[in-house]
Formats: sequence, structure tokens, C-alpha cells
Amino acid sequence: MASVPITIQIISLLSALLFLLFIFRLIVKGKLREEYSILWIVCTVILIIFSIWRKGLEQISLALGVFYPPSLIFLGAIFAITIFLVHLSVVVSRQQNQIKVLTQEVALLRNELKNRHVINEPETSAASPSAALTN
Amino acid sequence: MTPQSRILVIVPCYNEQGAIANVVHELMAVRDREGYKLDILVVNDCSTDNSLSIIRSLPCSYLNLPVNLGIGGAMHSGYRYAYQNGYDIAVQMDGDGQHPANELPTVLQPIFQQEADVSIGSRFISREGFQSSFSRRLGIQYFRWLNQLLIGETVHDSTSGFRAFNRRTIEIVNRYYPDEYPEPESIVQFGLQGLRIREVPVRMRNRAEGVSSINTSRALYYMLKVSLGIVFMYFRLNNKRHR
Repeated sequence: MASVPITIQIISLLSALLFLLFIFRLIVKGKLREEYSILWIVCTVILIIFSIWRKGLEQISLALGVFYPPSLIFLGAIFAITIFLVHLSVVVSRQQNQIKVLTQEVALLRNELKNRHVINEPETSAASPSAALTN
Repeated sequence: MTPQSRILVIVPCYNEQGAIANVVHELMAVRDREGYKLDILVVNDCSTDNSLSIIRSLPCSYLNLPVNLGIGGAMHSGYRYAYQNGYDIAVQMDGDGQHPANELPTVLQPIFQQEADVSIGSRFISREGFQSSFSRRLGIQYFRWLNQLLIGETVHDSTSGFRAFNRRTIEIVNRYYPDEYPEPESIVQFGLQGLRIREVPVRMRNRAEGVSSINTSRALYYMLKVSLGIVFMYFRLNNKRHR
């Protein structure tokens, strides 16, 4: 295989750095939690390494006995994506459980408060989910 | 356990504005007739119709879930309430009027007599009253077979939501109760926890109002979800038991 052209090397390096910057901004703004950002930072670092170390992919592929280097990229990427999706499903399941417990706890507390005549429950609870979001 | 035990009837309610008041009034009539120490708890699962204001006007307690949890989560909050407030017996009864309150003594009988920890009202023992559609019965037949296979117990009407639990069972369902479509799953749970399950024949009515939470398009998903739930419940509890 011919060596990677210099233009594509610069483009991939720049886009990797831009992506890293984007991740940092998300963390700073509080839109991405640090524990979920680790994976993305690691991915970007790998991208940067391979954009600088031009022969790296070919060398690793040959060492592993893979004769078409791009297929190694696909293999690695699909594997990583699958693992991450499973991880996200686990996170969603955990959150669903937490929401269930919280909902039940809120209902039980509301009932207790009502019995103590502390609150008169507002009528909003019967409203649509969209109204609940704005509360 | 005697008829003087403290009983909590939990009525899950999702959009049952047409039926819920009747269900509660029938229950109160049965309470007065039989002299039960019975409280009624309606669990409003974030209904989008008028159910909540109707429930508020009824002389009973209620839980008002701020987020829709489905029947499993709604019943679980009712069981947690029963546990926290020290009830001896908890009864589940649908809010759509399918379960006649008149049958309550029948369902409670095995609990009073301490013959069972879980008593299930079944419409398929005496084959009287509303029998459900053919495909529905086919599904129930499948769950019967699955239950027999896994816990060696024959439950004819595993989807029945007309049930009574004693204190021992309340303690168990207070800790964990399955989500979404809990009825068939919880039978495997009870079987593996070593609870005594007893089925009693009851008549059921066709629902007075509203539609079933399980329509034809959801039937396949229901079967798959419940089968998975049952199988994984089996593995989870079996592992715990052998540990």
C-alpha cells in the first residue's frame, strides 16, 4: 500500500482535534458527564495517534495477520460501538429503575403529606405529560 | 389471620373515569356486609382523563403517581404502602370493573384459613362468567405450561389480576415486583420464593369501560416480554437460592 497522503493526514488530525474541543466544551457546559466523556477522549487520542503515526495502521495490521488494513479499522470500530451501545442500555435501564423508585416515593410522600393536611395537592397532576415537563 | 385482619384493597387505575367510582362503592358495600377491616387504596397511574378528580371525591385513600409507571410499577407502590402501613392482607383488584367485589370473600378465604400465601381468583376453574377471547386463552395456556415447567405449579389463570397476599407475600413484593406486565412473572417469583399459591374460582365480568392495556398489535410484544421476564426471573431467583 502507498503511504497515506499528507493532505488527508492533516485533515484527520484537525478533525480529531476539533472533536476533542467539542467534547471539552460539552463537559464545561455541563451537558456531558465526565464518566461518559472518557470513552470519547480515548477515541480521539487513538485517532490523533494514527493521524501522526502514518505507518501505524499498516504495521499493526501486518503484525495481526490482517492483509487489508482498513478492515481492521471497521472491526475495531464496530466492536467499540457495540460495547458502548450495550453500556448505554445498561445506563438507561438503571435510570428507569431509579425513576420508578422516585415516582413511587413521591406518590407515597404526597399521600403522607395529604394525611397530615400539610398540602392541598394542586390539580396539575392530572394534566398532560407536557404540562408536567414545564413544571 | 381472621376476617378481623387489616386488609388493603389496591385498585390500580389508568384512565378508568367511567368505572372507578363503581368499583370503590361496590367494595365498600362488601366491606359493610362482611364486616371486614378493609381500606381501599386507588393508585392513579398518571391518568390523562378525569380519573384523578373522581378518585379525590371518593371516600378512600389514593396514591397519585407523577409519572406513568404501568401496572407493575403502580401495584408495586400499592404494596409498598401496604407494607409501610402494616397491613396483614393486600388485595389487587382491577379498576375497570372486571373483578366483582362480591367475589372478594372467595379470594380472601384461603388467606384467612392460612392455606395459602397467595390467592388468585381464576375464571377458568368453574368456567363461569366472562372467559376472554380464544387467542387470549391460548396465551394463558402457554403461560400455564411455562409455569409448570419452571416451578412445577399449575396456575390456570396466571394473567388474573384479582389476587390476595398475606403479610409474608407483602414483605416479598415490597422488595421486588416485576415491571410492566407483572402477573405471569410474579407467579414464578412466588413459586421460587416458596410461597403457597392457591387458585379459587371466581366469576369475572367483561370490562365495563375502557379498553384492555393489551391490544392485538401488542400481543406479540407482550408474549415475548413476559416470557423473557419469566425466564430471567427464574435464573435470578434460582441463583439466589443456591448461593
